[in-house]
Amino acid sequence: MIVLTTLIGVGQGLFLALYAGEWYMRIHSGLRDSGEFYVTASVLSVGLLIAGLVASFFHLGRPERAWRSAAQWKTSWLSREVIVLPIVVALVALYGAAHYVASSPDIAPWLVQRYWTLWIGGVATAAVLTLFLCTAMIYACIRFLQEWATPLTVFNYTLLGSASGFTLATALAQHYAAEMTLFFGVWAVVVTLVALATRVASLIRNTRSRRKSTLQTATGVKHQHITQRSQGLMGGSFNTREFFHSASPAWLQRLMWLFLLLVFPVPILLIVAGLSVKMTGILTAAFVAQYIGLLAERWFFFAQAQHPQNLYYQTMG
Amino acid sequence: MTQLALVIDLNVCVGCHACVTSCKEWNTSGVAGYLSDDRPYGEDPTGTFFNRVQTFEVGEYPNCETVHFPKSCLHCEDPPCVPVCPTGASYKRPEDGIVLVDYDKCIGCKYCAWACPYGVREIDTHQKVMKKCTLCIDRIYDEALPVSERKPACVLACPTSARLFGDIHDPDSNVSVAIREEGGYALMPEWGTKPANHYLPRRKTRIRIHEDELVRSDNPLKKERERPVGPVREQTLDDVTSW
Ligand code: SF4
Ligand code: SF4
Repeated sequence: MIVLTTLIGVGQGLFLALYAGEWYMRIHSGLRDSGEFYVTASVLSVGLLIAGLVASFFHLGRPERAWRSAAQWKTSWLSREVIVLPIVVALVALYGAAHYVASSPDIAPWLVQRYWTLWIGGVATAAVLTLFLCTAMIYACIRFLQEWATPLTVFNYTLLGSASGFTLATALAQHYAAEMTLFFGVWAVVVTLVALATRVASLIRNTRSRRKSTLQTATGVKHQHITQRSQGLMGGSFNTREFFHSASPAWLQRLMWLFLLLVFPVPILLIVAGLSVKMTGILTAAFVAQYIGLLAERWFFFAQAQHPQNLYYQTMG
Repeated sequence: MTQLALVIDLNVCVGCHACVTSCKEWNTSGVAGYLSDDRPYGEDPTGTFFNRVQTFEVGEYPNCETVHFPKSCLHCEDPPCVPVCPTGASYKRPEDGIVLVDYDKCIGCKYCAWACPYGVREIDTHQKVMKKCTLCIDRIYDEALPVSERKPACVLACPTSARLFGDIHDPDSNVSVAIREEGGYALMPEWGTKPANHYLPRRKTRIRIHEDELVRSDNPLKKERERPVGPVREQTLDDVTSW
């Protein structure tokens, strides 16, 4: 899940950056021969999305039945994600293909410099945003997972994914289309800062929230002192393995600072440095740092959720 | 509308785990396949169960009591586990309200387990599908069984009759009467899941005795003296009622 959500987040963000960059270039200087950049970046975005899809198969008990998961799109955000993800892959691939055709006049001269890429990209942007919504709502729709059940989850997924995508676009542009680097770099910093605001907001919200479920509501016994003596098993069960992590609170706290550093200030500084000395290496480092930070961020996101079922699984014996 | 459910009387449950073992025995032998175990006699045993009996200590020693707390799927009337299932493997039967998993459709994504606040769904680590209480759907409609045995295995096994089974939508059923008259309640009402299974609380039978009821205030034998003679000569109420 950690790998899946971060990988497709980068893939989606990269496409959003690309499409924004295309508008910027068309408005300011017209598309120049940066076709190679668009094609490479689209291929990379598709690759990241597919890698995320593959990663998601690994966590299924019965991957061979995965096709069934498209059935309940009327009620299940997971089902919706499963449907939207391939659509995004197809549209981004189409977008890359359109750029390829447009930049190779000998294939189909009549296509060159039309606005096809903008149209395809517009539809793809809508699909990408829908995918962000679906992914985040998988977590945000479970009302008793209080740390997740907030619109901030949707903003965080969207903004963090976009930030990493813009950072990657900056590094790519430095190599393939230097005239766009500054545009991507500036927006990577801006999106990262906005993401910082929403992520910190959710952290503050979660430290303040009061737990609605307690041992009293879980057992229906009205007493301030209820202690579990046995959970009906001695060697662990699915319930003790799936919903608990072994990290100590102190370690979690450290992880939080780690991701706050790696996702926000470190890449911002590296982008600024990379932009000023115009070095792909530094910009790549910015992306790598941010991606590692995002892995930590997602781990923290999952670890922070306290499932009410845990109330029933506190003591073995 | 029918909503089958269990009502579990915490006042009566002695924590013997008979329901757990009979549930496991019945449901591991059924057509739906076994409930897998790992290292049942080893160091670190683990396995798939539909029903667990937990034990809680209420209060602090010496003012405490032990509450045994059987827990299985509550067959919620508004089950949060069902709409999240991407495949439709988890569903609620309209005819009797039982929440089931279709083991042939389940992809083992565990989303439903995350969407159940009660921790009653367990993935089978060998068949890789989600398992949970079926209210013994393969018993309760089995016409080959005598009517008295068309009940979930746990209900039949309970030596103290702490488990009742019936339709909570029928106001005259044994479960509805028990819920209504014995203070039946639902777990974690805060999430609006409307569990069908209910629990009956611990109840103490006490008679209320006021202090003056412990001593006969009008007992003439308490006083070793001549009975006072009032101004009136004829019989008083005291003369005829006390002795
Ligand atoms: S108890 Fe859990 S698994 Fe059973 S119906 Fe309710 S939410 Fe679903
Ligand atoms: S684990 Fe199976 S039953 Fe549960 S949500 Fe996934 S597909 Fe549905």
